[in-house]
Amino acid sequence: MTQHVKMTLNGQPIEADIEPRLLLVHFIREVANLTGTHIGCDTTSCGACTVQINGVPSKSCTLFAVQMDGEEIRTVEGMEQNGALHPLQEGFYQEHGLQCGFCTPGMLMTAEAFLREHPAPTDDEIRQAIAGNLCRCTGYVNIVKAIQHAAKHIREEQAAPVATAEVTR
Amino acid sequence: MIPDNFSYLAPASLPEVWDALHEHPDDAKILAGGQSLIPLMKFRLANPAYLIDLRHVPDMDTLAERDGALVLGAMVREAALERSPLIQQRYPGIHDASAVVADPLVRNWATVGGNLAHADPANDHPAMMLALGARVVAQSPRGRRELSIDDFLVDTMETALQPDEVLVEIHVPQPAARSGSAYLKLERKVGDYAIAAVGVQLAFDGEVISHAGIGLTNVGPKAIRAQQAEAFLVGKQPSDETVREAARLAAQAADPTADLRGPVEYKRAIVRTLTARALRLAAQRATALA
Ligand SMILES: Cc1cc2nc3c(=O)[nH]c(=O)nc-3n(C[C@H](O)[C@H](O)[C@H](O)COP(=O)(O)OP(=O)(O)OC[C@H]3O[C@@H](n4cnc5c(N)ncnc54)[C@H](O)[C@@H]3O)c2cc1C
Ligand code: FES
Ligand code: FES
Repeated sequence: MTQHVKMTLNGQPIEADIEPRLLLVHFIREVANLTGTHIGCDTTSCGACTVQINGVPSKSCTLFAVQMDGEEIRTVEGMEQNGALHPLQEGFYQEHGLQCGFCTPGMLMTAEAFLREHPAPTDDEIRQAIAGNLCRCTGYVNIVKAIQHAAKHIREEQAAPVATAEVTR
Repeated sequence: MIPDNFSYLAPASLPEVWDALHEHPDDAKILAGGQSLIPLMKFRLANPAYLIDLRHVPDMDTLAERDGALVLGAMVREAALERSPLIQQRYPGIHDASAVVADPLVRNWATVGGNLAHADPANDHPAMMLALGARVVAQSPRGRRELSIDDFLVDTMETALQPDEVLVEIHVPQPAARSGSAYLKLERKVGDYAIAAVGVQLAFDGEVISHAGIGLTNVGPKAIRAQQAEAFLVGKQPSDETVREAARLAAQAADPTADLRGPVEYKRAIVRTLTARALRLAAQRATALA
């Protein structure tokens, strides 16, 4: 009944024999033991399970792990680099973009992909982009601010690449 | 929620898909974006023994104009439709519809072919495709056949596809010189299916409507073509009075049932309001293009 899959998870190769019915979110949490990806609704509504597949934010409770053979998966654990928080993580921290934090990993995954395509977004564009990620605590205002905070930081970093490269190393 | 056991197949060509369908005629299901099928499997409302993933079949994501038609591969994602400048400029009704399907994360996987093949009356593309007079292409080992979207949509969750057929393409006639389309949906919240939604296409000869297409979402057992309203509009100018009467006729064509999204009278009233607004928007877009 099992099938062999091989994928890349946060840059590391991972392979396993799994039942085809194993959901991607269960693979990530229970086979790869990365529990930053959450399960909220389990019905494709809340976005707490959002991960990136080849850079595309996706609800991992609505995909089978067998579909991911050969693909590149990124989870919230893959954001921090060399002990430094990703600008988005920094933004959520500085702007108080979370309360209980349950929605945060999914928000970060969606926002990271969004900022790659929209480096200078309007608040409205941010709100549209995170429409598939529900937050029951913050009221979203600080989440929008946190994403703007990160966008600004990333733009500045790109405007002065040499200086920031030194700082982050 | 854990689905029942199944075997997963990832064929690399259409003939391999047909072989799999042929070998498992009663218990195989095609998997496209999975955003309808996987939830159904998790609830165990669908328990296929074999899942045949279309994602590795080449050339199923065409998005281009060819021989007088927009050709959409069945595996074109909602996100690709939403972002396409061609769709936005030439087929604004399709752009409108793709932008209100589910939420941005679901749209990264959900496909236009899956949206039509699923044939849920709440799906957004069927009504817009009715308004646009789309044709769908089904392919099996027996060959290719093209059918109108009207003939394709049979009943709730039922299409004219035969067990060995794969929906491969959707063909939308290129818009006439002076024409416009629009899709308007009322939903309770982001990510919800429509309370009601209306897709419209209008073509003009001078100031006069030469062709009208109107499709209704989630107000009947399947997407509904508002035939009387369409016929009424032809040969008229889109005056307030004409739009009002067409909207009334469209509401009459609706056949909603009361559910958690509202009572029958409310849904009919929504159809009337959305039809009027969509007609005005389509007319405005036609003028802007001319
Ligand atoms: C939370 C949520 C909200 C949603 N809201 C909306 C909404 O507002 N409006 C809306 O329209 N949809 C909505 N959807 C549905 C979503 O758009 C569906 O995913 C889509 O309708 C089906 O497309 P899919 O590619 O995911 O198909 P799948 O789920 O993979 O397949 C659906 C069905 O179609 C069959 N099928 C798929 N492709 C083919 C093909 N090429 N040939 C033959 N058979 C095929 C499958 O066998 C299956 O029976 C929502 C889904 C979720 C989870
Ligand atoms: S757990 Fe996947 S969308 Fe809620
Ligand atoms: S911070 Fe609690 S759900 Fe968003």
